[in-house]
Amino acid sequence: MLDLNQRVVLDRAGFAALLQALADDGHALVGPTVGDGAIVLDAIAGIDDLPRGVGDDQAPGHYRLRDRGDAALFGYAVSPHAWKRELLPPRVPLVQIRRSATGLAIEAAPAPTRKVAFIGVRGCELAAIAIQDRVLATGAHPDADYAARRAQSFILAVHCGSPAGTCFCVSMETGPRARGAFDLAATELLDGEHRFVIEIGSDAGRAILARVASRTATTDDVTAATAVTDHAATQMGRAMPTAGLRDLLMANLEHPRWQHVADRCLGCANCTMSCPTCFCTSVEDTTDLSGDVATRTRRWDSCFTADFAYVHGGSARPSLRARYRQWMTHKLATWHDQFDSSGCVGCGRCITWCPVGIDLTEEVAAIRAAPAPRSHADG
Amino acid sequence: MSRPTLAVWKFASCDGCQLSLLDCEDELLAVCGAIELASFAEATSHVAPGPYDLSLVEGSITTPHDALRIKEIRAQSKTLVTIGACATSGGLQALRNTRDHAAMLASVYARPDYLETLATSTAIADHVPVDFELRGCPIDKHQLLEVVSAFLHGRKPNVQRHSTCLECKMRGTVCVMVAKGQPCLGPVTHAGCNALCPTYARGCFGCFGPSDAARPVPMADRLIALGTARPVVERLFETFNVAAPAFREGAARARGDAPPKDHE
Ligand code: SF4
Ligand code: SF4
Ligand code: SF4
Repeated sequence: MLDLNQRVVLDRAGFAALLQALADDGHALVGPTVGDGAIVLDAIAGIDDLPRGVGDDQAPGHYRLRDRGDAALFGYAVSPHAWKRELLPPRVPLVQIRRSATGLAIEAAPAPTRKVAFIGVRGCELAAIAIQDRVLATGAHPDADYAARRAQSFILAVHCGSPAGTCFCVSMETGPRARGAFDLAATELLDGEHRFVIEIGSDAGRAILARVASRTATTDDVTAATAVTDHAATQMGRAMPTAGLRDLLMANLEHPRWQHVADRCLGCANCTMSCPTCFCTSVEDTTDLSGDVATRTRRWDSCFTADFAYVHGGSARPSLRARYRQWMTHKLATWHDQFDSSGCVGCGRCITWCPVGIDLTEEVAAIRAAPAPRSHADG
Repeated sequence: MSRPTLAVWKFASCDGCQLSLLDCEDELLAVCGAIELASFAEATSHVAPGPYDLSLVEGSITTPHDALRIKEIRAQSKTLVTIGACATSGGLQALRNTRDHAAMLASVYARPDYLETLATSTAIADHVPVDFELRGCPIDKHQLLEVVSAFLHGRKPNVQRHSTCLECKMRGTVCVMVAKGQPCLGPVTHAGCNALCPTYARGCFGCFGPSDAARPVPMADRLIALGTARPVVERLFETFNVAAPAFREGAARARGDAPPKDHE
């Protein structure tokens, strides 16, 4: 029996067998694959669907694939898609109400029953899942749909060896080593023999791994694996010092920088849609033409849309300045008050996928460089 | 109880939007069961007298006669919904609004003096109060059905006014602007098409017109910074919704002009 603390090594065939074992166990495999000029998260059949020798270049408002010239299967940073697509899908039916001669029949949407194995989850993404777990699956009113999807997910994390130009997980203390609730975690090694050093994080992970031929990791394997993430930690494209960040932002709610960003921002909501921790949704009610069937659906929404903060009589956040400030202060400041952590995991998606390349690390740095001497938050 | 009456009216337009109603093949029987078609030239030549419970108006106002006709239709309609880019912003034909109208007529017609037209093509809402504007060139038939259902059941149509980018992201489409550097108007364009063009690897053309909080100036600046020539950016804003104030502002920015005056 494999020990929880034991590390084992799989070669490429072994890693392929691991994916196959997950599929044989009834999991749908979702993982990175090349599509539409990016490495997206999508259904994969097995190892052959993973990107091979493909890397990514990411910068504010910019993403391109590149040829790495090697055989790496995980040689890139995060995808435009976040795992919330699986756990908090863009649209979820909630309830259907049918009217008939005998009255109203209320039918809750069926609970999700799909077992999904998440392949290649990064440290920042694992941290984002932990944040959404805290927000959605705990407390007095856990979200049943989210909790059911989460309970049926298997996480095969991959420690990051290729951070992108927009990454800053080191600042947010979420990577490049995945920490926390994975079932298995792999480090891909490309020196000499192409192999994967595997750590076990749960009984489910141990049980799957036991079905695959592996060998015990040597000290050299473990040292090489540690070197991958140690090196990655030096390759961060960005940094965002977090000391005193909450108080800094709350003391600068009238800083001129908010208008500066509002002048450039398109209000398009790509940042929130891409962010792995953003969880805001709206509930929509529709009827069919007969009026006998009413459907309630939950869909992604964003604090960047003008209608999102619409209350009776008008919008609570009528300007883009107010909307951007709401987003950033929630992520980096009031999230601490509400959920006891930062709402940002440093994945860089909001920077890369902003069509105009607005960069929250740069906005924070600008406020830090010239904080307002006094603002109404002080008094 | 008698069914509510529906009338469909045409002004300067191509008929594409009202054809969306006939395009609702699977739902057409249900539509006809729920409402009485009082006037719909594309389906029947019969025109029942008003008043009408719901009028769908396609097309823009381009003649003095139409400017009067829309007032009569409004007076005969309990609810009036405009459909499509022509009815909601003046349409492609609003290209005339900033050009020499007389010269344009003379270049096409041998006897322009036979014509009685206005120098501008304008949205229906510029002439009469409108209860709801459904965007698109053409409109989306699912949205049309939603608007008709909402009207029938006295609820708000479930039609979002935010940017097309939300639809792109919800579909999981990879952004063509970020990943390919293609010019895309999605960030300033009203949702409704379910991000059709980006999903087929092309930038958005803006056929649904400006989103509720569109930012045309930084949009134009970004397209230019990405290497799109200024006249191309200008053209991008000057298509189906050329007269929409936000798109005029984007075109003016691309030309390097001051923003158009009548925009708040
Ligand atoms: S705010 Fe940006 S960098 Fe932080 S978690 Fe969200 S998308 Fe990633
Ligand atoms: S910050 Fe960027 S992605 Fe977010 S709404 Fe503004 S322009 Fe769009
Ligand atoms: S492709 Fe266009 S519509 Fe889609 S996210 Fe990018 S800018 Fe927005």
